[in-house]
Amino acid sequence: MNSNAPSSSSGATGSADSSGPRRNSKRPKYSRFTQQELPACKPILTPRWVISAFMLVSIVFIPIGLASLFASRDVVEIIDRYETDCIPQALRNDKVKYIQGPEDKTCNRTLRVPKHMKQPIYVYYQLDNFYQNHRRYVKSRSDKQLKDPKSENDVSSCKPEDTTPGSNQIVPCGLIAWSMFNDTYSFSRNSEQLPLNKKGISWKSDRQHKFGKKVFPKNFQNGTLIGGAHLNSSIPLSEQEDLIVWMRTAALPTFRKLYGKIEVDLQANEIIQVQLKNYYNTYSFNGKKKLVLSTTSWLGGKNDFIGIAYLSVGGLCFVLAMAFTIIYLVKPRRLGDPSYLSWNRNP
Amino acid sequence: MRGGTGKGIHFSKLYSFSCFRSKFEDEHGQLGQRGYSRIVYCNDPDNPEAVQLKYRGNYVSTTKYTALNFIPKSLFEQFRRVANLYFLVVACVSFSPLAPYTAVSVLAPLLVVIGATMAKEGVEDWRRRKQDIEANNRKVEVYGKKAFNETRWKNLRVGDLVKIYKDEYFPADLLLLSSSYEDGICYVETMNLDGETNLKLKHALDETASLRDVSSFQNFKSTINCEDPNERLYSFVGTLYYGGQQHPLSLQQILLRDSKLRNTDYIYGVVVFTGHDTKVMQNATDPPSKRSKIERRMDKIIYILFSTLILISFTGSMFFGVETKNDIRVGELKRWYLRPDKTTVFFDPKRASLAAFFHFLTGLMLYGYLIPISLYVSIEVVKVLQSIFINQDQDMYYEETDKPARARTSNLNEELGQVDTILSDKTGTLTCNSMEFVKCSIAGVAYGRGMTEVERALAKRKRSRAHEVTDSSSDLPECDDHVVDSGKPVKGFNFRDERIMNGNWVNEPHSDLIQKFFRVLAICHTAIPDVRKESGEISYEAESPDEAAFVIAARELGFEFFERTQTSISLHELDHESGRKVNRSYTLLHVLEFSSARKRMSVIVKTVENQLLLLCKGADSVMFERLSKDGRLFLAKSMDHLNKYAEAGLRTLVVAYRELSDQEYKSWEEEFLQAKTSVSAARDALIDAACDKIERDLILLGVTAVEDKLQKGVPECIDKLSKAGIKIWVLTGDKMETAINIGYACSLLTKGMKQIVITLDSPDISDLEKQGDKESIQKASRESIAKQIGEAKAQIIARKESSVTFGLIIDGMSLDFALAKSLESSFLEVAVNCASVICCRSSPKQKARVTKLVKVGTGKTTLAIGDGANDVGMLQEADIGVGISGVEGMQAVMSSDFAIAQFRFLERLLLVHGHWCYRRITMMICYFFYKNITFGFTLFWFEAHASFSGQPAYNDWYMSFYNVFFTSLPVIALGVFDQDVSARLCLKHPLLYQEGVQNILFTWHRILGWMLNGVISSMIIFFFITNSTISQAFRRDGHLVDYEVLGVTMYTCVVWAVNCQMALSINYFTWIQHFFIWGSIAFWYTFLVIYGALPPKVSTTAYQVFVEACAPSPFYWLATLLVVVSMLLPYFAYRSFQTRFKPMYHDIIQRRRSEGSEADVSAELPARVKEKIGHLKERLKHRES
Repeated sequence: MNSNAPSSSSGATGSADSSGPRRNSKRPKYSRFTQQELPACKPILTPRWVISAFMLVSIVFIPIGLASLFASRDVVEIIDRYETDCIPQALRNDKVKYIQGPEDKTCNRTLRVPKHMKQPIYVYYQLDNFYQNHRRYVKSRSDKQLKDPKSENDVSSCKPEDTTPGSNQIVPCGLIAWSMFNDTYSFSRNSEQLPLNKKGISWKSDRQHKFGKKVFPKNFQNGTLIGGAHLNSSIPLSEQEDLIVWMRTAALPTFRKLYGKIEVDLQANEIIQVQLKNYYNTYSFNGKKKLVLSTTSWLGGKNDFIGIAYLSVGGLCFVLAMAFTIIYLVKPRRLGDPSYLSWNRNP
Repeated sequence: MRGGTGKGIHFSKLYSFSCFRSKFEDEHGQLGQRGYSRIVYCNDPDNPEAVQLKYRGNYVSTTKYTALNFIPKSLFEQFRRVANLYFLVVACVSFSPLAPYTAVSVLAPLLVVIGATMAKEGVEDWRRRKQDIEANNRKVEVYGKKAFNETRWKNLRVGDLVKIYKDEYFPADLLLLSSSYEDGICYVETMNLDGETNLKLKHALDETASLRDVSSFQNFKSTINCEDPNERLYSFVGTLYYGGQQHPLSLQQILLRDSKLRNTDYIYGVVVFTGHDTKVMQNATDPPSKRSKIERRMDKIIYILFSTLILISFTGSMFFGVETKNDIRVGELKRWYLRPDKTTVFFDPKRASLAAFFHFLTGLMLYGYLIPISLYVSIEVVKVLQSIFINQDQDMYYEETDKPARARTSNLNEELGQVDTILSDKTGTLTCNSMEFVKCSIAGVAYGRGMTEVERALAKRKRSRAHEVTDSSSDLPECDDHVVDSGKPVKGFNFRDERIMNGNWVNEPHSDLIQKFFRVLAICHTAIPDVRKESGEISYEAESPDEAAFVIAARELGFEFFERTQTSISLHELDHESGRKVNRSYTLLHVLEFSSARKRMSVIVKTVENQLLLLCKGADSVMFERLSKDGRLFLAKSMDHLNKYAEAGLRTLVVAYRELSDQEYKSWEEEFLQAKTSVSAARDALIDAACDKIERDLILLGVTAVEDKLQKGVPECIDKLSKAGIKIWVLTGDKMETAINIGYACSLLTKGMKQIVITLDSPDISDLEKQGDKESIQKASRESIAKQIGEAKAQIIARKESSVTFGLIIDGMSLDFALAKSLESSFLEVAVNCASVICCRSSPKQKARVTKLVKVGTGKTTLAIGDGANDVGMLQEADIGVGISGVEGMQAVMSSDFAIAQFRFLERLLLVHGHWCYRRITMMICYFFYKNITFGFTLFWFEAHASFSGQPAYNDWYMSFYNVFFTSLPVIALGVFDQDVSARLCLKHPLLYQEGVQNILFTWHRILGWMLNGVISSMIIFFFITNSTISQAFRRDGHLVDYEVLGVTMYTCVVWAVNCQMALSINYFTWIQHFFIWGSIAFWYTFLVIYGALPPKVSTTAYQVFVEACAPSPFYWLATLLVVVSMLLPYFAYRSFQTRFKPMYHDIIQRRRSEGSEADVSAELPARVKEKIGHLKERLKHRES
């Protein structure tokens, strides 16, 4: 019993009237769209298509894989893990105590260049088991404060490193800046200092737009607990590239960060002396520290994974293509075989 | 109803004075009591007492919301969905520090989604409101200030005196005072109430019938005391106080809102019930809301996802708790850079379990991307668009009635693709419900040469049997009988016989009987003639199409009925001797009405010659036993003809008459009137008994046969549907023979089929019936049915191995027993094993019960199709109700989910639209889960590498746009446009439909497969990207992959991968798909550029990341390519193997199409030619091999 009946019927005639005295006023208008007859391509998986798709993938992937692999092999990388070795044998029982103690932290390492390294050679430090992607950590910064000297007081997101005990705002505030990496490296070859270029190691956009030219460190590392590096309060943040690099948080707990560039070639079998200051505490959380010197290729640093992955996927596709070809050659049954045309799964 | 009790006392006093009036029924005694306290001051709505009653106005509102409550109420409706509620809670919590991302980025998509759904609700409600406004503002004439003035419907008040003109709807429930007819009758069409198209007669009280002058209303004042508003359409109790007397009122005087005045120039009436008090509004119940099976299963999947969500959040918070606790060990800070000594509760190592609990909440929010927020709204949008396509389909438009198909709900589109059983009405659904008089047998001579459709089908079957033997396709001229028709075709009349047409009957041997026969047809009915003034043509308004067919037949053969008054019927008749047309008038003495129990109707008339005649027509079962001894002259022959007609699928009636003597009539009339005016409950029985007394000793005249023509294309359609594996049950009120023959005609039953007939029409039962012991009949019947069902079961089991199919035919009586609890299950078991089932003689209630039995018993999807008010129960009970918008009013359509104009459109609706919609929706849902799992799990893997701290891998806005912009449009395109095979091929290969019936596209197997694919994809994305960028530089200038770059790279892969996966899994690429899929990917890059160009304050981690860091790096592009291709590989390989080794049905058809054996644009060759070509090809092959 629908009460709308009369109203709807009369409503319908009303609309018909308004659309003119045409007969067949309710006839759906023809268009390929409304009749669902738009021209369309209807791809289906015919054997030819399947085989050519697999072949295409393998033809594209295998060369890319080889090229990537060669690129990765071209890269020369020196990795030196030093966090244990840089602690005097006697103090290795309590590394944390050592690192927090007042002892001299200088440590000398020697590196042998395995192959000719073309400049620029990038110097990285690599930390391990360090969660720069921890939610508490990532959020503990103030982008406004970093950019704008007027927003100095914008420290609400920085807790607990927002203010000094005397309620003075810290610039730059937050856990990230506070925990900045502070090991230092200097390189020499044949007792001749190797110049290390520390300019241009951060992203340009960070320098120009995220860190202010008129923002200077203030009250930094004045708290009860000293985290990491100290900053020179006379240099504006936009020029403190180590900070900028550190503040661009890493995605994973094992990460490298750019320390500087060596802009001379290193010859094979050369011995590089590294004098490093082992200040940074990774011992509390059992983190490794590594010093990495690496050249780059067009694809970046040394990592075979992408090349191998390309080769495997390409190879797999080739195998599949072959398998399908063989199947079709050995047992050519037409897919449109009418013998399939019965619904014999369930009567 | 204040004042009701006071009036009641007053009333009962009066009642005691007037109790001598016999016409008061029992119920009148209740007047003034509870439920019967309404008082109407006629023509005096301003009376202070009337004002005090405060009856509702005539303003009607059918909207769900009002302007005021729209926001709260629709919001409430929205949040009744679990998923939405979850997102609301998330949005609220996201304002707390718990949230892994900013609150706005959560709120925005939620607002879009909720807003879209609310807008849809709003638009729908606005349409209803417009209808209401239209109805409320219709004009009606109301009496006031000595004249009738126009006013709007909504301004009507109880007690108003109104004047309604011909073909107008009644604005409220009215008491009929008088009409343009002197005797105060009027005709009403109640199509909108009960779906019956026949006109009903209403009768004013004699006392008020004279009020036909405007001036006479000046002093008209009266009071009505009646029942309170209720929903009973077929009863009314009230009393009219007028002229110091009280007159009982019944339904005879009540004109209901939404019915229409017909054949009467005008009426005067008093408003009794207004607005929502009217009976029709009291009846307005919301139709049962139906949900599709797919949607119900989708809910289950949502629950699975919720459990997954809880599980991974729990896992995450366990790890988080442990790690947090370890941050301080014996006063020593472990991860000192997090300052665990000076922290908030969320990261406090001292309260690690509390922190873990809070982290659990954070996790619920973070992994919330597993639950597709936009799924519901996308599905709704898709379904609305799908139903637009259904409405727009030209192939489902019926030219003759100007009716396109209509999807009245969009909820059930995909259910159309899963129908297992169709329960169909017969009359009006399979047939046209336009009866045609085709044959008759008078005095033992059969007349009528036309060939019925059933006969044609029978002939065809015989021919095809012959065809098998000789293998020659003889093409008999089938349409010869149409060629013969030279005269103008008359609707309802398809009788061709020169022996009695054009007045030739006078030369036939029994011409007097022929004359009587057609007189009966012309007089014995309740039709009303409608003479068109200009042309003089007469059309008839009859109670049923059969009756109209009789009157028309009589007219065509020279007995033209042209006038009916209350007391007489007039015919133009061909005079037997002179051969001229003369007017003959018959005084109508009594009409003994038709009822389904009596199965006959009679009239008693007095001819001009003062001869008293009883003219009677009725069903053979009741008529033959009422014949007098002399009246059985042609009995044998007539019965023979009758059976032949029934076999030919015709509806038959027996026509007989009897002459009455004055004396006999007088004594009978007295008895009859007494019965009629009796007060007791047995009144009906008394009347029946009286009728029974006079309707005997009849003289047989002949038999009529009326064809209910099959609708066009019905046999082909049924054939297709059964080829698609759909079972078809016909539920009809017809008698068994007719039903069986219709079954043959529309290829429901075939010659190879074994018929199982379950009936109570056996000698033992009828013996018992004669004894009249009801209980033993019951018992015997039940036993008999049980036995028959048992036998049928045995038969089916015995032939299970062979390919014999069964057809079950059961009649209404037996059905009653078969549906009883004890037999229900075995009946169902028999029925589902039969290819087709016909239930004859079934009542509307039985129809609904059968539907329910099938629906609940088999658990499969049922579709009911019908056109009349008697099908409403069935339509509402079934999973899908399809209404035929045909002759029998709108009732069925109003309670249906889909409305089509012709039965044959069902084929397209199911096989094409149903199949497509099913496929689209299922694929869409699977894909939705896939894309959200892919995305959600990348977050989880990242979490695992961020010590489960709840840091999302991506920028907040990437995430919140994921479901709304980067992936939603291609899915919608899939849901709206995808086609596995074209419409033509869908129809050509009906078996394809089984994909839906067996639900093979939405099995758990498949759903879980897609989910697994999602998990694999996410693993490939995360581990490939992280491993390939482990820590080395990703550009020549030595820069490293950091949090921001990793997020962009992974997200790029996700966007590419899910969109390419879409491109791989759809079958139908139009420019729309291309646009949406590639557009979404392009939009991601555009978004990245634009968003990255905004100042760092807004874009935060996305600042310049694409332009500066990613785009110049070849590594970024190579990684994208690697990951996307590797992600697609598993699915692609799976599909390749599957189409090769275990193809699905649509794969085969697609394949055939592409091989060219199914040219898509085939010039439609006639089936027979194709068959021949097929034969030739076969032979060629044989020869070659």
